[in-house]
Amino acid sequence: MNTLTTIHWQLACRVDDVPQDGGACVLLGGEQIAIYRFTRRDQWFATQNLCPHKQQMALSRGMIGSHGEACEPKVACPFHKKTFSLLTGECLSGEDYQLQTYPVKIKGDRVYIGISA
Amino acid sequence: MKYTAKPVVVVVGNGMVGHRFCTRLKAAGGFRIILFGEEPRPAYDRVHLSEYFNGKSAADLSLPMTGWFEDEEIALHLGDPIREIDRERQLVHSSKGLSIRYDYLILATGSSAFVPDLPGVEKEGVFVYRTIEDLEKIKAYAPRAMSGAVMGGGLLGLEAAKALLDLGIPQTHVIEFASRLMPRQIDSAGSHTLESSLKQLGLQLHLNKSTLAIEGRDRIESLQFADDSRLAVDMLVISAGIRPRDELARLAGLTVGTRGGILVNERLQTSDRHIYAIGECALVHGNIYGLVAPGYEMADVVVNNLTGGNKTFPGFDMSTKLKLIGQDVASFGEPFAAEPDCRTIVFEDRHKGVYKRINISPDGKYLLGGVLVGDASAYNILLQTVNNRLVLPPNPEDLILGSRGGAVEGAGVMSLPDEALICSCESVTKAAICSAVMEKEATTIDAMKKCTRAGTGCGGCIPLVKDLISSTLSANGQYVRNVVCEHFNHSRQELFDLVKLHNVRTYDEALTQWGKGDGCEVCKPVLASILASCWNETIVRQATIQDSNDRYLANIQKGGSYSVVPRIPGGEITPEKLIVLGKVAKKYNLYTKITGGQRIDLFGAHVGDLPAIWEELIEAGFESGHAYGKALRTVKSCVGSTWCRFGLHDSVSFAIGIEERYRGIRAPHKLKGGVSGCIRECAEAQSKDFGIIATEKGWNLYVCGNGGSKPQHAQLLAVDIDKETCIKYLDRFLMFYIRTADPLSRTATWLNKMDGGMSYLKNVVINDSLGMAAQWEQEMQALVDSYTCEWKEVVNNPELRKRFVHFVNAPRKKDPGLEFAELRGQVKAQEW
Ligand SMILES: Cc1cc2nc3c(=O)[nH]c(=O)nc-3n(C[C@H](O)[C@H](O)[C@H](O)COP(=O)(O)OP(=O)(O)OC[C@H]3O[C@@H](n4cnc5c(N)ncnc54)[C@H](O)[C@@H]3O)c2cc1C
Ligand code: SF4
Ligand code: SF4
Ligand code: FES
Repeated sequence: MNTLTTIHWQLACRVDDVPQDGGACVLLGGEQIAIYRFTRRDQWFATQNLCPHKQQMALSRGMIGSHGEACEPKVACPFHKKTFSLLTGECLSGEDYQLQTYPVKIKGDRVYIGISA
Repeated sequence: MKYTAKPVVVVVGNGMVGHRFCTRLKAAGGFRIILFGEEPRPAYDRVHLSEYFNGKSAADLSLPMTGWFEDEEIALHLGDPIREIDRERQLVHSSKGLSIRYDYLILATGSSAFVPDLPGVEKEGVFVYRTIEDLEKIKAYAPRAMSGAVMGGGLLGLEAAKALLDLGIPQTHVIEFASRLMPRQIDSAGSHTLESSLKQLGLQLHLNKSTLAIEGRDRIESLQFADDSRLAVDMLVISAGIRPRDELARLAGLTVGTRGGILVNERLQTSDRHIYAIGECALVHGNIYGLVAPGYEMADVVVNNLTGGNKTFPGFDMSTKLKLIGQDVASFGEPFAAEPDCRTIVFEDRHKGVYKRINISPDGKYLLGGVLVGDASAYNILLQTVNNRLVLPPNPEDLILGSRGGAVEGAGVMSLPDEALICSCESVTKAAICSAVMEKEATTIDAMKKCTRAGTGCGGCIPLVKDLISSTLSANGQYVRNVVCEHFNHSRQELFDLVKLHNVRTYDEALTQWGKGDGCEVCKPVLASILASCWNETIVRQATIQDSNDRYLANIQKGGSYSVVPRIPGGEITPEKLIVLGKVAKKYNLYTKITGGQRIDLFGAHVGDLPAIWEELIEAGFESGHAYGKALRTVKSCVGSTWCRFGLHDSVSFAIGIEERYRGIRAPHKLKGGVSGCIRECAEAQSKDFGIIATEKGWNLYVCGNGGSKPQHAQLLAVDIDKETCIKYLDRFLMFYIRTADPLSRTATWLNKMDGGMSYLKNVVINDSLGMAAQWEQEMQALVDSYTCEWKEVVNNPELRKRFVHFVNAPRKKDPGLEFAELRGQVKAQEW
C-alpha cells in the first residue's frame, strides 16, 4: 500500500448535477473544484476551478473535448480558450500553466473527489 | 585527405547560418563535420527571438530536432568557443582545451550587438538584444522597471521596444540619432506615418537625439543627451547596430575590413584558401548582410564549392517585410530611387496610417522598388514583380491602390513565371511549389514545409505559398477544403449539408457518424450553430456544446459575472419599459450602459441571479436579445419620416419588422442590420451586414458591410425595391450566407472570399442563378415560424433553471471570488 499520502474521498455531488459531456463546480472545504463528465466514454475528471491565465473561477463552465490521436481529455477555458489536459493538468496551448487535478470515484448516483492529505 | 578517408570540416559558430551549412553539407555527404558553438544550446531561430516573450520556449525556437546531431554524426561541442586558429598547422584550439585539425575551416561567428563607448554602459539595467540569455536577463529585470528606453530606432530597436511594451513596462521610449526611424529601410514620409502609428500604441519617440552618458549610481537612472536634456529611465536596451565577430580571424592574421567583417571573395574564401567565412561575420562585395536569407545563400555557395561546384555569391536583395508592433513595414528593390532615374507614385492615408511608394522605370514598364508602411499586403507580389521584371499593367497605381473596377490584368500569383523565387530562404521556385501540390499532394502549409522546405526560414513567404497552393488546386479544378478541426475531416458547408440530408439532430449523432474523438471547443460550437440554423430548436437542449455564452444565455465578463441584454427592436422603447430596466438593474446591482446597437446592457449579474432577472424582464414584455449568440444582434434605425423633416419613409417600423423576423436565427457569426430614412444615413446602415436606405421610389438594399476591427462599407445589392422584395432578397441572402460561410466569418469576409464577388452574389440572390431561391425562402420562413425566446423556456422550466448555479453542491451560494469595484456611482468589474 502507498503510505506516503492517504486519499480522503469526499462526497461532492450527485451524478445528475453534472451535465452530460460538460462540467460543474463544487465547493469542498473552501476549495472550488471543477468536475467534468464525459458521458460518451463514461469517464470523470476533476481539476481546480481557477483558470491560471487570468485567475478566473471559470473552468467548470468551459467546453470539454479531446486532443490528438490518443484522445487526451481536455477542457477549454471560456475566457480565452486556453486548453488544459485533464489527465496531467498541463496547459495544451503552449504556456507554462499547471492545474491541480483530483481523482474522481462514482458510487451509485454519487460523485466523490479524492483529496490527498 | 592525408589522415582520414573523409576530409574534415570544422565549423566555428552554431548560429542560424552555421546550422544551415551543416545540414546542407551533411546532405551532400563525404565529409566529417566538427562543430563548435559558444552559446550553451544548439542553434535556434534568432529571427523569431522576440517570440520568446510571447510564450515560445527555447525548445520551440530550436532549429535542430532533439537527437539530430547524434543521427547525423556531427560532432558537436557546445559552450566551447574556439579561441585560436593555427593556420600553419591547420589546427583550431578550443577554450576547453581541444585541438582539432581541419582540412577546411568555416567561420560562421555571426555578429554581436554594437555597444557604443559611452560612460556608464556597464551599469546595471543596461542590456543588448541578441541571444536567449539576453532576453532572459531583460525578462528578469523588467518587473521592477516603470520606464524603459531603447537606443536605436532601426529594425531591431523597434522590435526590442515592442518587447518592452509586451513586458508591461508602462513608459517605453525609443531614442534615435537620425531624423527618422528605420533609416536603412524606409524614407522620411514613410517614417512619419510609422511614427504616428507607433505613438498611438504608446511608444514615446525621440528623434535627432544623441546620447552622451548613462547616469545613475550602480544602476541606470537616466540618460543624458547632447542637447543637454535628460530622460529618467529604469532600464535601457542598446540596439545601435551590429558588429561582425571577426576577432578570431583578426588574431589569425586574416584580412578584415576597416570597419569590421572578415573579407571574402565571391566564393566566400578568406585570404587563406582553406578558410571560409559565411553569414553576418563575412564582408562580401563591401557589404555585411544582416539578414538570414543571404547568410543561407552563402552557406549553400560554400557547400557547392566544397563538393566540386563552382557557384559564386552574386550579392543579395535586401528586401524585407516585417510586422513591427502590429504595423506592417516593408521595403523592396530600390526603395530610395528618385526622379529623374524613375517615376515615383505615392499613396498616403494619414488617417489610417498607410503610406505606400513605388518607383517605376522612366518608360513606365518595370517596377524598381518601393516602401510600404501600415499595409504591406501587396509586398510579395510587388517583390516578385521587381525580381522577375514583370511588365507592369497600364495603370501601375493599381498595384498599391487596389484596382477600382475590373480585376488587374496579370497581377495574380499564377501569372508569375515558373522560375520565380517564392521562398528565398530555401530557394524554392514557383514551379517546385506547384508540382509539390500536384504530384505530392502537399496541399497544406505543413505538408509544403515538409516537402519543399518552403516557408521554414523567415516565414515571410507563407501567404504567397498559401495563395499558390489554392490557386494551383483551383486551376486544376480541385476543391479547396477547409476542415473544421482534428475531429471532423469536413468543411462547415459539408457538415451543414450532411446534417440536413441525414436529418441529424444532435452533436453526439454527428460525432458518431462523421467525427472522431470527443470533439473540442472548435467543432462543438460549429455544429451547435449548424444544428440551430437547420432545425431552430432552442439551444438550451444541448447546452454543453455551446460556447459558454450560449450555454448560460448571457455574455461572460471579466471576473465571471454575466451581462443581460434584452431585445429593444429598432431601438424603440416605451417609458414603462425603461422604468422596468432601471428597477431591475437597481435591485440586482447591475451596471447599465447604452450600446452602439441602440439598446441597454445590464452588466455584473451573478450566474445564479440570471433566471430571476429574466423572469422580471419577461414579465414586463421583454425577450432575449441574443447578444450572447452568433445570431442577429440589432437592426439599428434612425427616427425616419415619423419625426424627421428629411425622412422619406418610416424607417423605425421597417427596422422593427426586420429585427423581429430574423431574431434568434443562428448564423456562422453575429449579424447586424440598419435602416435609414433617407440618404443622410443617420443609422449608419452601410456599416452593417445588411443595410437599407429609403429612396424616393422605395428602398436600396446594401449587404456585407462591417464595423469592428476591419471596417468595410456594404455594397449595393438592389435599387428602389419595395418592402416585400427587400425581405425576399434578405431571406435568400441570409440563407446563402448561413449555408456556405466558414465558421466565424462575417458577411464581409465571406463576400471577400467569394469567387466573382458582388456580381456573383447579385446573380444568386436576384436572378436565382443557383435555383435555390424558393427553397431558401421556405427554409427561412420555417425558421421564422419556429422562433421561441430561449429565456422564456428557461424561466418556465425548473430543470433548466437548476443549471444556473455556481456551486452544484451549494446552489444558493455565490462565487465568493466575484467582487466589484466602483466607478461613477455604478459597479465595475475588478481588474485582472
Ligand atoms: C531580435 C532579432 C531579430 C531579427 N529579425 C530578423 C528578421 O526579421 N529577418 C532577418 O532576415 N534577419 C533577422 N535578424 C538577423 C538574423 O538573426 C541574423 O542575420 C542571423 O542570425 C545570422 O546568422 P549567423 O549564423 O551569421 O549568426 P548568429 O546567428 O549570430 O550565429 C553566430 C554564432 O556563432 C557563435 N560564435 C561566435 N564566435 C564564436 C567562436 N569563436 N567559437 C564558437 N562559436 C562562436 C555565436 O555565439 C553565435 O551563436 C534578427 C536578429 C535579431 C537579434
Ligand atoms: S437618415 Fe434621413 S430620415 Fe433618418 S434621421 Fe437622418 S436625415 Fe432623418
Ligand atoms: S471594442 Fe473591444 S473592449 Fe470594447 S466591447 Fe468590443 S471587444 Fe470589448
Ligand atoms: S482566464 Fe482562462 S484562458 Fe484567460
